[in-house]
Amino acid sequence: MTVDSQGTATAGPQDAPGRAAGKSQTPPPSPGPKEVLQPPRGRRSLPSGVLPYLLVAPALLSMAVLLLYPLIRNVILSFQQLNRKEFITRETVWTGFDNYTELLGDSDFWTVVVRSVVFTAVNVALIMAIGTGIGLLLNRLGKKMRLVLSLALMFAWAMPIVASVTVFRWLFDEQFGVVNWLMRTLGFSGYDQHNWFETGFSTLVIVLILLVWGSVPFVALNMYAGLTTIGSELYEAAKMDGASGWRTFWAVVFPNLRSFFMITTFLEIIWIFKAFAQVYAMNLGGPDRGSETLPVFAYIEGVGQFHYGVAAAISILTIVMLIAVMSFYFRLILKEEEEL
Amino acid sequence: MSAATTPTPQKLRTRKPLTVAAVAKNLGALVLAVVFVFPVYWMFSSSLKPQHEIMTKDPVFVFTPTFENYKTATGVDLFWTYVTNSLTVTIGAVLLALVVALAASFAIARLKFKGRKGIVLIVMMAQMAPWEVMVIAMYMISRENDLLNSIPMLTLIYFVMVLPFTIWTLRGFIAAVPVELEEAAQIDGCTRGQAFRKVIFPLLAPGLMSTSLFGFITAWNEFAMILMLNKDKESQTLTLWLTQFQTAFGSDWGATMAASTLFALPVLVVFLFLQRKAVGGMTAGAVKG
Repeated sequence: MTVDSQGTATAGPQDAPGRAAGKSQTPPPSPGPKEVLQPPRGRRSLPSGVLPYLLVAPALLSMAVLLLYPLIRNVILSFQQLNRKEFITRETVWTGFDNYTELLGDSDFWTVVVRSVVFTAVNVALIMAIGTGIGLLLNRLGKKMRLVLSLALMFAWAMPIVASVTVFRWLFDEQFGVVNWLMRTLGFSGYDQHNWFETGFSTLVIVLILLVWGSVPFVALNMYAGLTTIGSELYEAAKMDGASGWRTFWAVVFPNLRSFFMITTFLEIIWIFKAFAQVYAMNLGGPDRGSETLPVFAYIEGVGQFHYGVAAAISILTIVMLIAVMSFYFRLILKEEEEL
Repeated sequence: MSAATTPTPQKLRTRKPLTVAAVAKNLGALVLAVVFVFPVYWMFSSSLKPQHEIMTKDPVFVFTPTFENYKTATGVDLFWTYVTNSLTVTIGAVLLALVVALAASFAIARLKFKGRKGIVLIVMMAQMAPWEVMVIAMYMISRENDLLNSIPMLTLIYFVMVLPFTIWTLRGFIAAVPVELEEAAQIDGCTRGQAFRKVIFPLLAPGLMSTSLFGFITAWNEFAMILMLNKDKESQTLTLWLTQFQTAFGSDWGATMAASTLFALPVLVVFLFLQRKAVGGMTAGAVKG
C-alpha cells in the first residue's frame, strides 16, 4: 500500500497477525489456494540438524546486509558531520551528538514534527471513519450495487502511487484542471485559475485527499469482509432488543472487530507517517519547504541542502517515533497470536 | 472530497427495500463509486483526448479517441531502457525473493529448530522496515561501493524489501499443506527433498503466483530508493520517467496521462486479478475467524 501502498502490496503486514501464530497449534487456514482442500493439521516436528539453519541462512544474510547494516550505518552517519566538503573529500568527521542537539534546538525541525503528527492524525482519523462507513454501507447494499462500489474501490486501491500523484496534479491543475471547473460549475467564485499548490498547507490538503482516496478502499473492503464473518443472528438479536443503528455498531460490530480496528489503525499510522512518494512527488516538499513531512524533510536536508549528517539524524528520530508506534502494533499482534 | 459524500449507515439490515432509506443508500453508493473511480477514469480519458480537447477551460466528456498521446509518451529518449530496467528490477527482485523465501518458509513452517521463534519475529519486524527513511544511509553505502546507478544493486534492495512479506505468505501456504501428504510420499520412498518437490511444490503454485504478484506491485511502486540512488538517465526506471515527465513536457497533460496509464496498467490488471486474495489475506490475518 498504501498505500503503500500504501498502497497495494502493503497488503502484506496484515498477513502477519493471524498467521503469525501456529507455533505448535493449528495454524489458521490459509485464505489463498482453493486447492488446499483440508484444514491444516498440526505440525509434526522432525529432528533436522543443520538443515533448517541452512535454509534460513540466505534470507537472514540478505536482511542483515541490506537492512540491518544500512540501519546501523544510519545511526553512525547521524554522529558525523557530513556536509558538502566532507562529502566531496570523503573524510569522516565525528561530531558526537551535535546533529541531534542542533535539530532538537531548531524550530524548523519542530514545525515539521508537529506538521507530520497532525497530518498523520487527521489522515488516519478520516481514513478510519470513512473506511468504516463505506464498509458498513457495503454490507447493507444489494448485490449489484455492492459490486459496483467494490470495483470502484478496487481501482483506487490498485493505482500505483506515482501514477495517482500525477493524476492528482492534473485534476488540480491551475489552468485546465477539472477541479477548478467543478468549483466554477458549482457556483464558487475565484476558481478561474486557482492555484491549489500555492501554500504548503494547501499542498498538504491535496496530499491528504490523495492518501484518503488511496487508503480508504483497503479499510472499507476489509471492514466489509470482516462484517460478513459476524453472524446475522447478532444483528437480529440487537434489533429485537430495539437497539438503534448507532448502538448496534458499538454493541455488536465494534466488539467483534476490535482487533481489526486496532491493527488497521496502527498500520495506517505507520504507513501515513512514513509516506514519502505521495508527499514528495506532489510538490517536492514545496512551496518554500512548506509541505515537508519528516521523511521528505530528511531527504531534502540531505540531498538538497548537503547536510547528510543532519539528514541521518532526522531519519533516526523518525525511526524512533515509528518504533514507538510499532511497539504497540507488535504488542497487538503478539496478543492476537496467544489468543489463537 | 469523499468526506462530504460519505453517508453514515446507521442500521444494519433492518429495513425492507424501496424506502427512502434504500434509495438514499444506493444513491450514496453510486456517488461514492463515482468519486473513487473518477481519477482513474480521468487518467484514461485524458490520455485518449486530442491536444485541443485537453487544453480547454471546460472539460470535454465526449470526444474521438486518439493514440497521439501514447506516441509522444513512448517516443521519449530511452523509453525502452526504462521499460527494460523496470522489468529487470521488479522481476529479478521477485524471483530472488521467491527462491530465498521458499527455503526459509519451509524451515519455519515445517522444521523444528532452536531460534525458530526469533526468526519469525525478525521477519515480522523486517516487514515493517521504514525503507523511505533509510535512503540517506543506503546512498552512502552504495556510493562507497560504486553501486550508485546500478541496476543489480536496486534489484537486491527490492529483493530484501519484498522478502519478509514473501516469507510470511509462503509460510502460511506451506503450513496449509497437510503433513500427512508429505509423510505418505516419504513412506512411498521419496526423500525429503523429493517429497517437497513432488508434493508440496505443486500445491503451492497458486500461492507462489499471488505472492509474486504482490511482490511485483511493491517493487513497481517503489519511489524513494530509485530517486536517491539512480540519478543517471540510463539507470532509471519507469517510476522516475513518469515523475519527470511533467517537468520535461511542460503542460502536455495528454502525454503525461498516457504515461500514467501505461505505468498503471500492469498493476491495475494484476490487482483486479488478485482482488479476492488481497481482501481475503487481510481477513485471515487481522480479523480472527
